[in-house]
Amino acid sequence: MPHVHLREPLKRLAGNRSEHALEGATVGEVLLALERAQPALDGWILDERDVLRRHINVFVNGELGGPDTQLGAGDRLDILPAISGG
Amino acid sequence: MTELLVGTKKGLFVLEGEPGAPFEVTTRAFAGEPVENALRDPRSGRLLASVTSAFYGPKLWYTDDPAGEWEQAQGVALPEGGDAALERIWVIVAGEADGTIYAGGDPGVLFESRDGGESFALNRGLWEHPTRPKWTPGGGGLCLHSIATWPDEPDRIAVAISAAGVWLSDDRGETWRKGNAGLKPNYVPEDMPEDEVGLCVHRLRRAPTRPERIFMQFHGGVYRSDDAGESWHDIAPGLPSDFGFPLAIDPADPDSAYVIPLVADMDRVTPEGRVRVYETRDAGATWTPRGNGLPPEHAYLTILREAFDWAGEGEALELYFGATSGGVFGSGDAGASWFDAATHLPPVLSVTAA
Repeated sequence: MPHVHLREPLKRLAGNRSEHALEGATVGEVLLALERAQPALDGWILDERDVLRRHINVFVNGELGGPDTQLGAGDRLDILPAISGG
Repeated sequence: MTELLVGTKKGLFVLEGEPGAPFEVTTRAFAGEPVENALRDPRSGRLLASVTSAFYGPKLWYTDDPAGEWEQAQGVALPEGGDAALERIWVIVAGEADGTIYAGGDPGVLFESRDGGESFALNRGLWEHPTRPKWTPGGGGLCLHSIATWPDEPDRIAVAISAAGVWLSDDRGETWRKGNAGLKPNYVPEDMPEDEVGLCVHRLRRAPTRPERIFMQFHGGVYRSDDAGESWHDIAPGLPSDFGFPLAIDPADPDSAYVIPLVADMDRVTPEGRVRVYETRDAGATWTPRGNGLPPEHAYLTILREAFDWAGEGEALELYFGATSGGVFGSGDAGASWFDAATHLPPVLSVTAA
């Protein structure tokens, strides 16, 4: 089962837990599962269209992934803000 | 003591002070995040703030203590599974009915709370309006930025959207009709079909003692309506420019309005390197510059649509506006003289006085 690793402020919203084991064959499926399991995250990572927010990056085992990236058991997902701003 | 809620590109600043001297920054919240607008609900004392995280999207927050914990308001989102996402909340306004708070945002959406801002519901009448597919955004997006309630009549409300014009409701937002007669956009061909013209309203303010009167800063034009927004009359003659964003009033005087002209849409800074507020006390027949104490030269400021507000009224009217260059200017005598309330804030997006 893939594991999602969260940092603040997402960690706080997700019950103050950084590690979350979730079912899903792709990054997109795991992110939807994360929202279902942690409703306070609704709208923070995915918008109303279930589209990954533009300045959020998802890394799979340390490499940048996307919603369609395939996952296997034991894969680790890091959800991080992108290097952007002004 | 006057309180200013200053929304900036890098957080919300709560300022307190007396007119005539610099204000003190008493609280900074949402450090690093753009805060579009903030409101202290005069009925409950509760603070609300709209925050548009570049990473996590737009959220609306509330608290009874700005230095303490803020709670995220629920329901500030578009319907799940659609083809649009909420981009930004531009404005928060206290409604007339008990506990009612309105929030307006991009893409041209209105939310209503009936529990003091803890939860909101999307206004379906506007969201599902049959003309919506023809609405076009302005440079700042399809922003619903002005919400003009009608004193003691919760059913009557006017909103303005850039660039979808003015919308009026007499049934608390169940149904909406256009209120744009007389507006003359100078940025499209004159023979363009009327229903295809994007009307770029920049700001509306209703005169509370004569609520059928509304003043408007347009994208090239300053207008007045005396029939609750059904039709509009040009009152820009006498101003150095008909372009600008914010507009303020003296709530005690329905003939009063204040604007801050900028050069033009292609050069959005104060004209001639001078900062001046223009005041009318005869409903727009004449305008008087009010610049005593404001930067007189080498000053090229941009003042955004939510960045001009007032406290008090009549002879005790206080005016406050902020610039994207980080200064907040105040007047404790209805614009006759001005002082620096703050000088080195981040770019100011909004100012709310109480």
